[in-house]
Amino acid sequence: MMYRVGEPVTVAARAHDGHHRTPSYIKGKTGRIERVHATFRNPETRAYGEDGLPEMPLYLVGFARSELWADALAGGEYRVYVDVFEHWLEEAK
Amino acid sequence: MSARWDSRIAPVESGVHDRGGLPTNEPIDRSEHTLADWEVLTDALAGALARRGLVNVDELRRGIESMPPEEYERVSYYERWLFSVETILTEKGVLVPGELDRRAAG
Repeated sequence: MMYRVGEPVTVAARAHDGHHRTPSYIKGKTGRIERVHATFRNPETRAYGEDGLPEMPLYLVGFARSELWADALAGGEYRVYVDVFEHWLEEAK
Repeated sequence: MSARWDSRIAPVESGVHDRGGLPTNEPIDRSEHTLADWEVLTDALAGALARRGLVNVDELRRGIESMPPEEYERVSYYERWLFSVETILTEKGVLVPGELDRRAAG
């Protein structure tokens, strides 16, 4: 596990043609590790008939609403939590 | 308001399914839906195929994401599941192309 709870991380802003579980609205955004879940088979290869090994670490990452939608009018400030695999995370920018 | 705002979020392309966080002026329908029999059967079919090791959830999702965008928008949730199951099973040679259409017509 590369990251620990409380560490700031930035989600990689890269395109990925195939199946992946990182939604666009968090790409390039900075959040904080909230929980280290465990390791899981990689859906990016498992989606194409492979075994998904090696297993990849999965984290719960929390983002401030204002980091994701700076111009959102309604709802005030709240946090958004997304499960993100380690290979989509980078040191916080 | 633009249909997609990916360019304001990050310089990445995304598929039709990748719509979390997109702006909309349409209210969200939070009512419970009654499922038709074929929808319940579709759920059971996908579950049975997973237990037999023929289709996993990541393949099911990938199959849904491979739908042509117009078709994805037009059809319902479980129609997308059916499209994906047929796609994956055809890839794996469990079904031959057109087999379901022929059987449904027969």
